[in-house]
Amino acid sequence: MTALMEAAVRAEIKDWLAAEWDPNLSLVEWRKRLVSSGWGAPSWPVTLFGRGLDPALASIVEGEMRRVGAVGVARSGARNLAIQTLLAHGSEAQKRDFLGPTLTGQYSWCQLFSEPGSGSDLAGAATRADLKDGRWIVNGQKVWTTSADHADWGLLLARTDWDVPKHKGLSFFLIDMRQPGIEVRPLRQMNGYASFNEVFLTDAEVAPEHMIGELGDGWAVATTTLMHERSHGDPSAAKPTEAGGRQGRVYDEEREEIAIATEPYGWYPQRAGRVDLILERAQETGKINDPVVRDEIGKLLVLDHSAKWTALRARAKLAPGEGLGPTGSLIKLLGSHVARTAARVHTLISGTDAMLAGTEAPKGGLIAEVLVSVPAVSIAGGTDEIQRNIIAERILRMPKEVNLDANRPFRDVLKNPGPGTR
Amino acid sequence: MQYSFTTEQNEFRDVLRRFFEQSSPPHVVRRLMETEAGWDRVFWRDLNTQLGLCGVHVPETYGGMGFGFVELGIVLEEMGRALLCAPFFSSAVLATNAILNGADEAQKAALLPGLVAGDTVAALAITESDGKWDPGAVATTAQQTDGGYRLSGVKSFVIDGHSADLLIVLARLPGSKGEDGLSLFAVRGDADGVKRRALQTLDPTRKLARIEFDGVEAELLGKPGEAAGPIARTLAQATAMLANEMVGGAERLRESALDYANLRVQFGRPVSAFQAMKHKQADMLVDLELAKSAAYQAAQAAADDQPDFPAVASLAKASASDAYVQTAIHTIQIHGGIGFTWENDTHLWFKRAKSSEVLLGDAVWHREAVVRAWADGGRAGQ
Repeated sequence: MTALMEAAVRAEIKDWLAAEWDPNLSLVEWRKRLVSSGWGAPSWPVTLFGRGLDPALASIVEGEMRRVGAVGVARSGARNLAIQTLLAHGSEAQKRDFLGPTLTGQYSWCQLFSEPGSGSDLAGAATRADLKDGRWIVNGQKVWTTSADHADWGLLLARTDWDVPKHKGLSFFLIDMRQPGIEVRPLRQMNGYASFNEVFLTDAEVAPEHMIGELGDGWAVATTTLMHERSHGDPSAAKPTEAGGRQGRVYDEEREEIAIATEPYGWYPQRAGRVDLILERAQETGKINDPVVRDEIGKLLVLDHSAKWTALRARAKLAPGEGLGPTGSLIKLLGSHVARTAARVHTLISGTDAMLAGTEAPKGGLIAEVLVSVPAVSIAGGTDEIQRNIIAERILRMPKEVNLDANRPFRDVLKNPGPGTR
Repeated sequence: MQYSFTTEQNEFRDVLRRFFEQSSPPHVVRRLMETEAGWDRVFWRDLNTQLGLCGVHVPETYGGMGFGFVELGIVLEEMGRALLCAPFFSSAVLATNAILNGADEAQKAALLPGLVAGDTVAALAITESDGKWDPGAVATTAQQTDGGYRLSGVKSFVIDGHSADLLIVLARLPGSKGEDGLSLFAVRGDADGVKRRALQTLDPTRKLARIEFDGVEAELLGKPGEAAGPIARTLAQATAMLANEMVGGAERLRESALDYANLRVQFGRPVSAFQAMKHKQADMLVDLELAKSAAYQAAQAAADDQPDFPAVASLAKASASDAYVQTAIHTIQIHGGIGFTWENDTHLWFKRAKSSEVLLGDAVWHREAVVRAWADGGRAGQ
């Protein structure tokens, strides 16, 4: 049966592409065709912008699209988080209203979870949403928000009940980012970039139909979002569509879309330590002949290769579609070790030049950027300490940390000073 | 490249683990380590008649099972875990591979079946009193005589050298230097002119010997003066296998440290509930997983005979040297006072970790080999 179905699907998508694919359309115009036909998300249900195909058949569709160089639907970065969250927890009306324009790229998204007072402890969010005259009024501050400056909608975690334990008093909302109660400010980092934003919410409004899930179910919904955030890679890795002639308006607009999405992340390769530059630098500085530096380079090579093989071993154990789970924490911790070690070895190799930055510095400042970017790896996406807790509790099955806040009303829990906690 | 074991390989591992848990519990290790040989010939025979382990990696032509270094690596990992007291590393790994790499067809056919069956135990003698693992440093000479060779010199750090039936010896032709003139010889352990004694070792589960050769008649293996390549290959293979043995021992230690932390109560809670302990255990797992990945990669690289496999083997040994010792130090620390006693088993593995740390070259030596292979990349001496 499958061979027959494969042939039928292949013929159908080929015919459709022959009739509809046109690189001279605008990006949104093309994606509207994709989304309304169901070919943009072929494994989704027919009632939800899809064609109900099983994943193997859907990959045939993707293959045919790649072959002609047809651009796909918009699913990168926070858009995918919104999509996955809506698919898992959205009402039929929410899916209908939001999924279409998200897939076409008309809606862009950001994730409003982290706060100045709750980083590792996300469920300690203190941004409040209060129901007044039939609308949710939101007050508080979010931070480390990617793309908030150009997002149309935000995925918001806010506290709706202060008299229950912290995980139970949260609700999840879709918030219109383009309203007067929201102020977005870029957040400048120690390496000079501003890849994220601070978002100040002052009497911002949410329509009641834009709550996802039930009142008080926000943590369960956010967990879905976070799961997809972890399983999804680096936003700086977005790539333009390959193959095809690559000439036409749709490609230009896709490139522009990717450029906007990846612009803040030029430093991401540097925060991982740039191990790829170590040997070249050691040779050009002559430090390769210093026996102490050689041994440090040796340590880095051992660590870096072993870390890559460990990640490959972990992935080789997975069934198709299965996530890394807590092993992901081990892999992430390895990434921190590699980055820190690489930064130390880069310093040894650069010697006195490691005091410089900018165009006069080694590699036109790239090495300096490594040195001031590496600390981020041990913090972003879960600190090294949190990863160690996860490894200990979920891989090694050691006792969980004592909870001082989970079984009492959030109102009575010790909190950081700040807006929302008054 | 394969990054996971097959079902058959995993089943093989399970069989071995059960076998060694029964046949080599710590009280058996303690009994054997107190003997002069350090192993028991009856048990050795059982091991080979029941499981045929000495021939895992040996082609079927010579009576072996015809598997490769991935399977041999599994054997070593499980032996390292059980701290098995047997002349496996010396005979099946070092000597057998030296013969496979360096002897001619007729010699392989004559020597290997006895080694594979476990009837003959062989040791490989490379290192001398200076403790160098570089074959170019060998000073023992092989003087040609009518129809044969006579060996003169002193070998040291020879694993199981005092108890082996057969000695495979690396020597050089008179007047040669460095890698030139290196040749392999076979000598009976009790041949005239062989004087051997056990060295007192830090690790009583791995016996070492000093062997004096005073004009000993020896059979040349392979061609005269052409042993440098085969011996380098043998050492790289042994290095990869040792790394696998080491991660097996380290894993056993790590598990015992975790078990003890869960069991031991202080200040009204299990020691494992303290975050300092959780983070230490997480770090131990990370260190060991890195070393395991490198050891498995080295076994696979040896099995596939990849061009850069000696560098991968060195990488694995560097990783295992650091990880095994660090794991052993943490394991004693986690056990607290009891961990420093003779009664507690941790010191048995701790001592194996320490001797393995330097056996076949320490981490610094192997890291230099990695850098030389990958970093200098033909640009050495620029």
